[in-house]
Amino acid sequence: MKDTARRAIERAARDSRSRLLAFLAARSHDLAAAEDALSDAFRAALETWPRDGVPDKPEAWLLTAARRRLIDAARHAKVHAEATPELLAALDDAQSVTRDDAHAFPDERLKLLFVCAHPAIDAAARTPLMLQTVLGLDAARIASAFLVKPSAMGQRLSRVKTKIRDAGIAFEIPRGDELPERLDAVLEAIYAAYGSGWDDVAGADPRRKGLATEALELGALLVRLLPDEPEVPGLSALMLYCESRRGARRGPDDEYVPLSEQDLTQWSQPMIEQADRLLRKAEHMGRLGRFQLEAAIQSVHAQRARTGNTDWESIALLYEGLVRIAPTIGARVGRAAAVARARDAQSGWALLQQIPEQAVAGYQPYWALAAHLLDRMGRGDEAHAARERAIGLCEDAAMRTYLVRQQD
Amino acid sequence: MNFSIVIHDTAEAFARREDPAQRLALFAPLGAYLKALSDAGVFVGGAGLEAPATATVLSQSGNAWKVQDGPFADTKEQLAGLIIIDVPDRASALEWVRRFPMLPGRKLELRANLAPPQE
Repeated sequence: MKDTARRAIERAARDSRSRLLAFLAARSHDLAAAEDALSDAFRAALETWPRDGVPDKPEAWLLTAARRRLIDAARHAKVHAEATPELLAALDDAQSVTRDDAHAFPDERLKLLFVCAHPAIDAAARTPLMLQTVLGLDAARIASAFLVKPSAMGQRLSRVKTKIRDAGIAFEIPRGDELPERLDAVLEAIYAAYGSGWDDVAGADPRRKGLATEALELGALLVRLLPDEPEVPGLSALMLYCESRRGARRGPDDEYVPLSEQDLTQWSQPMIEQADRLLRKAEHMGRLGRFQLEAAIQSVHAQRARTGNTDWESIALLYEGLVRIAPTIGARVGRAAAVARARDAQSGWALLQQIPEQAVAGYQPYWALAAHLLDRMGRGDEAHAARERAIGLCEDAAMRTYLVRQQD
Repeated sequence: MNFSIVIHDTAEAFARREDPAQRLALFAPLGAYLKALSDAGVFVGGAGLEAPATATVLSQSGNAWKVQDGPFADTKEQLAGLIIIDVPDRASALEWVRRFPMLPGRKLELRANLAPPQE
């Protein structure tokens, strides 16, 4: 009995927590209060289910319990007295839902994702908020992934929730003109969780898995919730292509292996195929975007597993398109690298030189590529200085060792 | 805004300095890191410190000095050095911390420097 109850609670927490939270928050407009109420509901389940048995509809039970807590809390906090009737009405809606099929309560997680990446919310807080509310990660874990003090992360998250409540940020799916920009913020936040630094010239430490799995999960969820936006499968495809190479990025002694030297048999074919499918689905919708282009670049790299070579001309062309719609430093450095491979080092160097010095002061892949191209052009001293800079800016030990060896 | 990156190393890491074979591997990345800090215009100052056993610990009881052999605290990691950087905020400081060449057991502590009192 006890085990059955515990398993049922664990299952509900895993499968339904975020849906329950999104549903409650969308009605109470108070994310923190909804979280507290839901935690109380789970706590009550831990007390009563082992004793009284698992209810027929565990989600409905939890929803009812959480709803009661929310109303009690609202009544208790007199400041929100005026809001109480409204809250009651909104939550009555929850009550009527719970009487029917437990799984019939609407999935409001898409609204929750849009709230998390709302323009009124500090960009640095969006990803953490998403990870906490949609995936249920604890603040300490999120803090470590972002290299922030756990206490500071906790405070940042609770400040953001207060802001959502006090500013009355609406739980809704943006319409028409607003959608592309708002969606872009959601995608950015998910991609930030996946981790930056996936440029061909860099390649992050595969052991520092960080939040890659969580980001893939968020990406997959968004594909289900928003099936008609091509950038959504575009982002998922991009992350899957990168993920497919995780095992090949380090050698037997944990040394850095550049993309061009990776053991192709270690690339995950199932992931590549899944990414191919997502990218085709996106391309079918006929609206190009930044994430689709980045995914397309990675798909060309992935083809090497089949054909044995890399079509650098195509990659250079795709980067050209990417620089046109999203001229980030990463895209411009990537284009220079691709052009250097497709044509010659001088052409790549010329593109690299067009990037303002100020913008690359702290951008490691720029200096690594500069060192490589300067070497190929026979400018050894300048290559040495650029590589020194690349070593100093390295975040990854294996990459640092790789560059230090080249320096000798 | 000035921050201190305080470096704490294990005895093994201190021992590496004495091994000529490992010395270069230890200091080359650090040199590159310091150069990157200077090139980016954020380096204020700092120093690496000799081994903790060379330290002299001084305290006073009443007016009398008490002198002991170092290190000050008997912990697994010992103070190994300090770098001061000038960056706009803590987030930028953390970006630089991320790039610090790490060693097994090495711990970094990031703290804001006390601002001069304003009257």
